[in-house]
Amino acid sequence: MGLTNQSSGSGAIKERFGWGQNTRADYVIALAGNPNTGKSTVFNALTGLNQHTGNWPGKTVLLAEGHYIHQCLTYKLIDLPGTYSLMANSVEEQVARDYLCFGRPDATVVVLDATCLERNLNLALQVMEITTRLIVCVNLVDEAQRKKIQIDYDALAAKLGVPVVPTAARSGVGLEQLIKAVSGIVTGSIETKPYVVRYKKEIENAICRLEPKIKQLVGEALNARWLALRLLDRDQTVIDAVENWLAREDRLTTGIKEVVLA
Amino acid sequence: MEYKQGDCPTKIISLHDLPVGKLATVSSIQAAGLTRRRMLDLGLVPGTRVKALRISPAGDPKAYRIRGAVIAFRKEEAQQILINYKGE
Repeated sequence: MGLTNQSSGSGAIKERFGWGQNTRADYVIALAGNPNTGKSTVFNALTGLNQHTGNWPGKTVLLAEGHYIHQCLTYKLIDLPGTYSLMANSVEEQVARDYLCFGRPDATVVVLDATCLERNLNLALQVMEITTRLIVCVNLVDEAQRKKIQIDYDALAAKLGVPVVPTAARSGVGLEQLIKAVSGIVTGSIETKPYVVRYKKEIENAICRLEPKIKQLVGEALNARWLALRLLDRDQTVIDAVENWLAREDRLTTGIKEVVLA
Repeated sequence: MEYKQGDCPTKIISLHDLPVGKLATVSSIQAAGLTRRRMLDLGLVPGTRVKALRISPAGDPKAYRIRGAVIAFRKEEAQQILINYKGE
């Protein structure tokens, strides 16, 4: 069961959320980050305010969707709700997490607040557990400079194993580099080696036992290590989401089988 | 109560009892479930430095500096966070 166009990227958004009919996109990029880190400023700066908001069915959370063109390719940007974590304490977090896990964007940009980096890195690590295709965008560097905060971006990138781009989206600083980094990730010219959080021995042993079984069930489509961790968390929302996802995949594959038989 | 290399004695108190302007480190989080999860997400783990910043006019909630951010906790939440306080 491989990844099909329908099961990933823009196909998944279309199926789940009924958007995207009017804009064709070559790549789908998700924007994640804590609240008030300037995610939407980055979004507007990249898309040039060429956005319309979409309402997720049955949810009160507003999401924005927009696009920009770089080297003749269309990138669709999805502005996820601001969250401190992906552990699904709230609807917003669940939306962001489900999108990153099941929507499988081609790349994820994690927007961090340079003035409060330590706390923001928590989310970056959580996103890194789900996907390897991410870029860390340290935003509000102008604000940090004013507060006399100095950040060693190269060291941060080396430690995290992913590209780190400093930006001040308000004044447009660093956006060019961000666009380049995104295109590097989606085309594969930039390779990432995200830092893996190691847990206690008992937990790692349990993951080792769960991971192969999960891989059997979901293949390479979902991140087995991350799912194992959520199972150990006994996170019912993840279990429900995976069951939904499996049901959808089954429908898809039986659909394909029927086509082949016909 | 424990003593560290001739330091002043470290007391374990709740975050709510930390005087304004004083620093302490988190010892443990007593909260459970979603509240606990939320506190961990805000960066409150054992060893995290916290500072009491100010008290609202009614005495509750209080504002704390945690990992560069200002966060307010109600009394019932702050009481579930135990801290090592050296009285500095």
